Amino acid sequence: MSAELLRLATAGSVDDGKSTLVGRLLYDTKSVLADQIDAVTRASVDKGLATPDLSLLVDGLRAEREQGITIDVAYRYFATPRRSFVLADTPGHVQYTRNTVSGASTAQLVILLVDARKGVIEQTRRHAAVLALLGVPKLVLAVNKIDLVDDAATVFADISAEFNQLTRTLGWADDDVLEIPVSALHGDNIATRSEGTPYYSGPSLIEHLESVPVDADSTGNHTLGLRFPVQYVIRPRTAEYPDYRGYAGQIAAGAVAPGDEVVVLPSGIRTTVERIDTPDGELAVAQTGRSVTLILADDVDISRGDTIASVADAPEPIDTFDATVCWLGDKPLRPGARLLLKHGTRTTQAIVGGLLERFDEQRLLADPNPESLALNDIGRISVRVAEPLAVDDYRVNRHTGSFLLIDPSGGNTVAAGLVGDVLSAVEVGTGV
Amino acid sequence: MTETIVNELVSESSNTTERAFGISDFDTLAALESESIHIFREVAGEFERPVILFSGGKDSTVLLHLALKAFWPAPLPFALLHVDTGHNLPEVLEFRDKIVERYGLRLHVAKVEDYLADGRLTERPDGIRNPLQTVPLLDAISEHRFDAVFGGGRRDEERSRAKERIFSLRNAFGQWDPKRQRPELWNLYNGRHAPGEHVRVFPLSNWTELDIWRYIAREDIDLASIYYAHQRPVYQRDGMWMTPGVWGGPREDEVLETLSVRYRTVGDGSSTGAVLSDAADNQAILAEVAASRLTERGATRGDDRVSEAAMEDRKREGYF
Repeated sequence: MSAELLRLATAGSVDDGKSTLVGRLLYDTKSVLADQIDAVTRASVDKGLATPDLSLLVDGLRAEREQGITIDVAYRYFATPRRSFVLADTPGHVQYTRNTVSGASTAQLVILLVDARKGVIEQTRRHAAVLALLGVPKLVLAVNKIDLVDDAATVFADISAEFNQLTRTLGWADDDVLEIPVSALHGDNIATRSEGTPYYSGPSLIEHLESVPVDADSTGNHTLGLRFPVQYVIRPRTAEYPDYRGYAGQIAAGAVAPGDEVVVLPSGIRTTVERIDTPDGELAVAQTGRSVTLILADDVDISRGDTIASVADAPEPIDTFDATVCWLGDKPLRPGARLLLKHGTRTTQAIVGGLLERFDEQRLLADPNPESLALNDIGRISVRVAEPLAVDDYRVNRHTGSFLLIDPSGGNTVAAGLVGDVLSAVEVGTGV
Repeated sequence: MTETIVNELVSESSNTTERAFGISDFDTLAALESESIHIFREVAGEFERPVILFSGGKDSTVLLHLALKAFWPAPLPFALLHVDTGHNLPEVLEFRDKIVERYGLRLHVAKVEDYLADGRLTERPDGIRNPLQTVPLLDAISEHRFDAVFGGGRRDEERSRAKERIFSLRNAFGQWDPKRQRPELWNLYNGRHAPGEHVRVFPLSNWTELDIWRYIAREDIDLASIYYAHQRPVYQRDGMWMTPGVWGGPREDEVLETLSVRYRTVGDGSSTGAVLSDAADNQAILAEVAASRLTERGATRGDDRVSEAAMEDRKREGYF
């Protein structure tokens, strides 16, 4: 089952033409209103340009720049008759790993951008490592400004080969990665295949985005049984529904059907799914991503924060585990920190035990036993929580394997957490 | 070309009440619907006193429709809040009250006119009242101690909204501090806030204008009557068809004529215009909207509907 709504992200730097690429995607899919086009055209004429500067469609407003929030993820929307797209546009500056992590956390595909004249640079390698860490299922390398290099065929082949070697090392299958030679400025291989790149026989970028097979649940190819974090207990207590008790939530993994045997975590009580309710009628089956209400056969004590899971592969709730974190807090993380941890629909107190490793993005290697983790650092920690959690390894499921760390005093989100050891998968070392 | 696309956009749409979903039905609208419902339920689970901003316009009507779905068959666990500029078309207020009665909802109204009457606010020279809504809104939030305020804002509305979060923290002055906006990861929302602060929540963040209209058509959602073509006395000003009201009427050089029009957006009657249209139901409006969104680029066919699109949803300036 392929998703009709595709969530993507972009990574790469503005200098490589990222704003122009995003503007081109909006423009070529006619996702921009005529009045916005007119405004861009006028502004471009004022700047003495021959063609509309499409980067103006997406670049921040002056007011934004004054507020100092250009360093942030922006969301763009475009659609073709075959698919709708939500695009998280992440700034490419080296020190803003947090943005790449935020944008890529929900992405089923990421477009990584390089300048054909520069090829795969250190930043490309770093971005790819972070994307591997986050388990992004599909990658596209857009080799931009291909019209500006001599012997484009050789340049493109060399960049593709180098990138493929990197992605293989980081764990992607070749089928999940595609390199496309493009010119965002002129529109080559964006909406339509270019005649200027005879050495490339693949799809245009938009063709690829429209057709790339992506599961609606975006978790790669791991098949898990049901994971249903209970969000809310629906008890109408009305004359019409005096005894109704439904458990509302969004299916985080797997699928559910009436008659399925389930276990409630952390209590371990077993019961059966009697019905799947929606305001539009009962469902015969519901799959990952759908918000539903489950009616269970037995009257069991369930509340927000519990997880309803399939009996066959239910995770064992645990209160101590290792995890990889991207630290987002201004103040460094040190061992012994007391924080809040939000996993699924449960928020609980947490203590960070030890700092096990700090990932060196330059060398793609992990250094053991760091003293602290600073803003934008990625590292591995051990964590203990006050209430046992039904976690899965992040590499198996992005929804049940992810969590936030929250500073209890200010309420800020201070870390993106990934259950298990995802670091070892991306420790490739450059040997340099 | 455009016609084909429009037909594809408008094709499948029917009343859903009898529909049994299969896996293949999990299309874009179903995915957006599930995401919005998830957001409503998160807020219900984590906040004490949420409220839904309800203007009677199409976005807040869709917002309410999704909220009702999220808690069905239980009653809605939130109240509604309308910040009334005093410049509403009577049909919109009638619709608001009809909806409140139909679903047995609680409605709070904060009136700009009360503030003008006792001098806490002063009428602007241009007579436009949208910017005056902020103070009554913040007063209502602190008076009722609302800690989460749902709005119908969408990130596709304009560039400046593209970076807005789904959960947007506001301080005690209702201000949005860019440095305190939190990264949003996966579908884990962080709603923690200090006493006196509140969180604005935007369940429609990832919906586009076209998604909204497709959903209205598919779910057959009842909108305020001014959204559908009707005969109305109007006069032309700045390329828009304006209706006379308490905010004023035609000047000497402007002619009042009765035409078939509909409104694309509900806002301050002094600054919101209608468009010429014969679209009398959701399907016809969807076809018109789809066509106007896909108008060939650079076409300067004096197409009112397209320039009108730019005027859409300005109602939230100084408000959201």
